[in-house]
Amino acid sequence: MNWIWFHRLGSPPHFFRIAGKMVPWFAWLAGIAAVTGLVGGLGLAPPDYQQGEGYRIIFVHVPAAVLSTLAYAVMASAAGVGLIWRMNVAHAVAASCAAVGAWFTLVALATGSLWGRPMWGTYWEWDPRLTSELVLLFLYLGYMGLRGAIDDTARADRASAVLALVGVINLPIIHYSVDWWNSLHQGHTLLKFGKASMPPSMLVPLLLMMLAFTLYFAAILLVRARGEVLRRERNARWISEAIGERP
Amino acid sequence: MTAPTPTAVSPGRAGWLLVLRDLRLGLRRPGEWLQPLVFFLVVTTLFPLATDPQMSRLRDMAPGALWVAALLSSLLALELLFREDGQDGSLEQLAVSGLPLSWLLLAKTCVHWLLTGLPLVLAAPIVATALGAPYAAIPGVLAALLLGSVTLSLIGAVGAGLTLGLRRGGVLLALLVLPLAVPVLIFGARATALAIALEPMAAPMYLLGAIAVLSATLAPLAAAAAVRISLE
Repeated sequence: MNWIWFHRLGSPPHFFRIAGKMVPWFAWLAGIAAVTGLVGGLGLAPPDYQQGEGYRIIFVHVPAAVLSTLAYAVMASAAGVGLIWRMNVAHAVAASCAAVGAWFTLVALATGSLWGRPMWGTYWEWDPRLTSELVLLFLYLGYMGLRGAIDDTARADRASAVLALVGVINLPIIHYSVDWWNSLHQGHTLLKFGKASMPPSMLVPLLLMMLAFTLYFAAILLVRARGEVLRRERNARWISEAIGERP
Repeated sequence: MTAPTPTAVSPGRAGWLLVLRDLRLGLRRPGEWLQPLVFFLVVTTLFPLATDPQMSRLRDMAPGALWVAALLSSLLALELLFREDGQDGSLEQLAVSGLPLSWLLLAKTCVHWLLTGLPLVLAAPIVATALGAPYAAIPGVLAALLLGSVTLSLIGAVGAGLTLGLRRGGVLLALLVLPLAVPVLIFGARATALAIALEPMAAPMYLLGAIAVLSATLAPLAAAAAVRISLE
C-alpha cells in the first residue's frame, strides 16, 4: 500500500493547501445537509405521538452528542499519530479538536437538559448518558487546561497526547460504570432510541442532521487546524509564499 | 577523576533499592505523609457537621463521605509523588539510567501508596464506625478502600507525571485526575455501601479489582511517558 499521501499530509505547507481546498466543500455540503435536515425535521416530520412537538430537539441533541464522542476519537487518533510518528500537523489537528468537541458536548448537555424539562419534569436527571457526557466535558476541559498550562508547544503536544490516549482507554470504562451505577438507582430513562423504531420521516432528517454536524465538524476542524499550523509555522518561509499568491 | 565502573543492576534489584530509598526519605518527613491522613479525617468530620448527625442518616451517607474524602486526600498527596525528585534531578537520573522507567515509577508509586494510601485505609474503620457503620462491615470497608486507594495512586501517577514542574500544577492535577477516577469512585462507594448494609459485595469488588489490575499494567507506562515528556 502506498502511504505517500499520508506522509505528505505531515508537511505543513501541503496540509495547509489541501485543507484550504477542502474547507469550502465540507462547509457547503454541511450547509445543504443542515437546511434539508432542518426543513425535514422541523417542518415535514410528524409530531411524536407521545412527546408532541417537544421531541424535535432530537435533531440537534443527538447529532451533537454523537459528534462530542466522535471529536474525542478524532482528537485521540490525531494525538496518537502525532506521538508515534512525531507529526507536528497531527498535533495541530488534535489541538484544534478539543474546543470544538467541548462545545458539542456542551450543546448536547444543554439541549438534553432542555429536553428533560418537558419530558422528565426536570432540567437535570442523573441519567447515565447525561452523566457520562458531563464527565466527557471534564475530560475535554482537563485536556485544554493541560495544554494551556504548558508554554512550550512541543511539550504541550506530547503531554496532552498522553492524556488524550489515557482518556480513550478510560472513556468506555467511565461510560460502563456510570451505566451500571445508575441501573442500581432506578430505570428512569423514558426514551430508548434503540428499541423504538423510528419512521423514515423522522429518521431521514435525523441522519441528515448527523451528516451536517459531521461535515460542519470537518470544516471547522480544518479551519482551526490551518490556523494552528500557521501559528506554529509563523517563522517559516512557505507562509509568505502561500499568502503572497493571493494579495 | 576516574569514575567507578558502573555495575549492572537488575531491574528487580533497582526497584527494591528505590523502594528502600523512598521509604527512608519518606519516613524522615512524617509531616508530609501525615497531612493527607489528617485531611482525610478532617473532611470526613465535616460531613456530619454539614448535614444531619443522626446515625441512621450518616450511615446512608458514609460510603460517599468516605470515598470523596479518600479521593480528595489522595489527590492532595499526589503532588508529593514526583515533586522532590523532579526538583533535585533524581527523576532525570532514573530516566537516563537505562532501566525501564515504568518499572521504577511503579516502585515509587507503591511507596507513595504505602506512605499516603495505607494510613488512610487503616484509619477508615474508625471513620466508618464514627459514621454509623456496624462493626461487621469493617473488613469489607477495608478491602474496598485498599483496592481503590492503590488504583487511585496508580492513576494519579499519570497526572502527577503530566503536571510535573508546572506552575499551576495543583488545580490542573485535580482536573486531570478526577474524571479518570470516576469508575473507582462509583465501584468503591458501591462496594462500601453494600458492606455497610452487610450485603454481599462481590460484584463491585470484582470490577474494582479489574480496574486495579488494568491500571497497574497500563498506568506506569503512561506515567513513564508523561515523566519523560515533562523532563525534556
